[in-house]
Amino acid sequence: MERPLTEHIKKDGTVLSLKEYEAAGGYQGLRNALKMSPADVMQAVKDSKLRGRGGAGFPTGTKWSFVPMGPDTPTPKYIVANGDEMEPGTFKDRLLIEGNPHQLIEGMIISAYAIGASMSYIFLRWAYHEAAKRVLVALDEAYKAGYLGENILGTSFSLDMDLHTSVGRYICGEETALLNALEGKRANPRNKPPFPQVSGLFGKPTIVNNVETFCNIPHILAKGAQWYISLSKSEGGGGTKLYGASGRVKNPAIWELPLGTTLREIIEEHAGGMLDGYKLRGVLPGGASTDFLTPDHMDVKMDFEEVPKAGSRLGTGTVIILDDKTCPVGMCLTLENFFAQESCGWCTPCREGLPWTAKILAAMEEGNGKPEDIDHLTFQTHYNAPGNTFCALAPGAMEPLQSALKYFREEFDEHINTHQCKYHHH
Amino acid sequence: MATEQVISDEARQEIEKLFVHLPTKKAACIDALKVVQKHNRWVSDQALVELGPILGMTPHEIDGIATFYNIIFRRPVGRHVIYLCNSVSCWILGFEEVHKALKEKLQIDFGMTTKDDRFTFLPIPCIGTCDHAPAMIVDEDLYRDLKPEGLDEILAKYE
Repeated sequence: MERPLTEHIKKDGTVLSLKEYEAAGGYQGLRNALKMSPADVMQAVKDSKLRGRGGAGFPTGTKWSFVPMGPDTPTPKYIVANGDEMEPGTFKDRLLIEGNPHQLIEGMIISAYAIGASMSYIFLRWAYHEAAKRVLVALDEAYKAGYLGENILGTSFSLDMDLHTSVGRYICGEETALLNALEGKRANPRNKPPFPQVSGLFGKPTIVNNVETFCNIPHILAKGAQWYISLSKSEGGGGTKLYGASGRVKNPAIWELPLGTTLREIIEEHAGGMLDGYKLRGVLPGGASTDFLTPDHMDVKMDFEEVPKAGSRLGTGTVIILDDKTCPVGMCLTLENFFAQESCGWCTPCREGLPWTAKILAAMEEGNGKPEDIDHLTFQTHYNAPGNTFCALAPGAMEPLQSALKYFREEFDEHINTHQCKYHHH
Repeated sequence: MATEQVISDEARQEIEKLFVHLPTKKAACIDALKVVQKHNRWVSDQALVELGPILGMTPHEIDGIATFYNIIFRRPVGRHVIYLCNSVSCWILGFEEVHKALKEKLQIDFGMTTKDDRFTFLPIPCIGTCDHAPAMIVDEDLYRDLKPEGLDEILAKYE
């Protein structure tokens, strides 16, 4: 099985240097791209069926195609890597950035060439101190080797790249909020349209892609779209995917596997199954803002089509496991506390609804739940549904809750009826 | 009465260097706040007053940005800051035990600073190391697979 994104990442956790990256075939994709026209590079990415790895799964080449091209288009154009990785339970981009920062940088350079960008930023969450250090070293190496700066590899293409380390807030992961943060503002999301491809950073055409998305680009350009599609087990998208698992499994970690690998293979084979004495009760398949799936869903393919058919989303592909000795209501409370705290406060349903939701769940956990609380929680899942809020934060917050009410309803009732939480360890 | 200047000349020069690659001075606001905090540990009202003319913004505009972000501190913090992850994977795997143990050791809860000014204790959303939960960051150092027993050894590293 091929693992292009992670095969050269060292097991001991140290970084791959520029020399080591080049020896492993690094920057060949860029050399190939610079011999092609930007339009052909964009076409290769379209042909590869690469879909965004940040959670929404939008086709990357299509996203790029909305950038105005030609001599009279606004400049500078920008490329931004979204390395904000703050979705609870998600730890895949950390591995990519810390293990092989040049792969990300190369992907961004190729992408910049495709859309005609001259400036690029890596937007990194503050907590990734080690990643920040490694990115700065790698940027220095890339400039010295002529992969960044003026006239890259002797061509007329020039690109600068800089690191921006964030100062916290989950909403920075939303691409328009991220752009506001990069502009030095409060990270409130922006209205769309205009989309960032047309009017993004400082009002100029901008592409924001997830770190993992960019890391795929060098390989597509090095080995071709058909090879890339052949890596996948999914109908709707090409390539491999970084999957992960956390919770009470034997071997929590990140694995690069074909897109479309089943939940069962991820949990039983790669994560080694549940720790002794624990049973699997539910999973959040792609981070905190995805609906619960249950043991009945183990044969679902983890891709952009099959997970929605089962009632959830692929999200970030990092699975969070609920075991039989952990309280589902308590888990919802932990999740909703996070979302309530991280609401940017811009729109009312989110700003008011999420703290209300968290308070109701806290009351249940403390033995103060009332029968009508179920109706209040259900109301919130509709009140904060897509279309009622300014961005996807609150609808995402409702996904684990609405599915918990569906699959673990008796737990909520028991908290209310017995005035206590029976899971003593929490 | 003259107010003492809190943004040092050195910090001011560091902020002015940020302008080079940006279309406006305002765009450097967040990074400027980071510079102030690096030098002063926190961002005081007086710092906002001094930042205003440097960035071409009012102190209140800057405050709106400073208070938005999790790790810009508008109140004094101790010499070291402990950020304990309270998100879902850490919660499943023992956040509450670690939280309780730290509360007892430090004699403070979240949002507080020890009397000797040594530690400020804060909750923090997921720090992206869920395969080694529970986890925390002290200043810039990551600690993983936490157990109440190992905490003394970690805290002893910070004076």
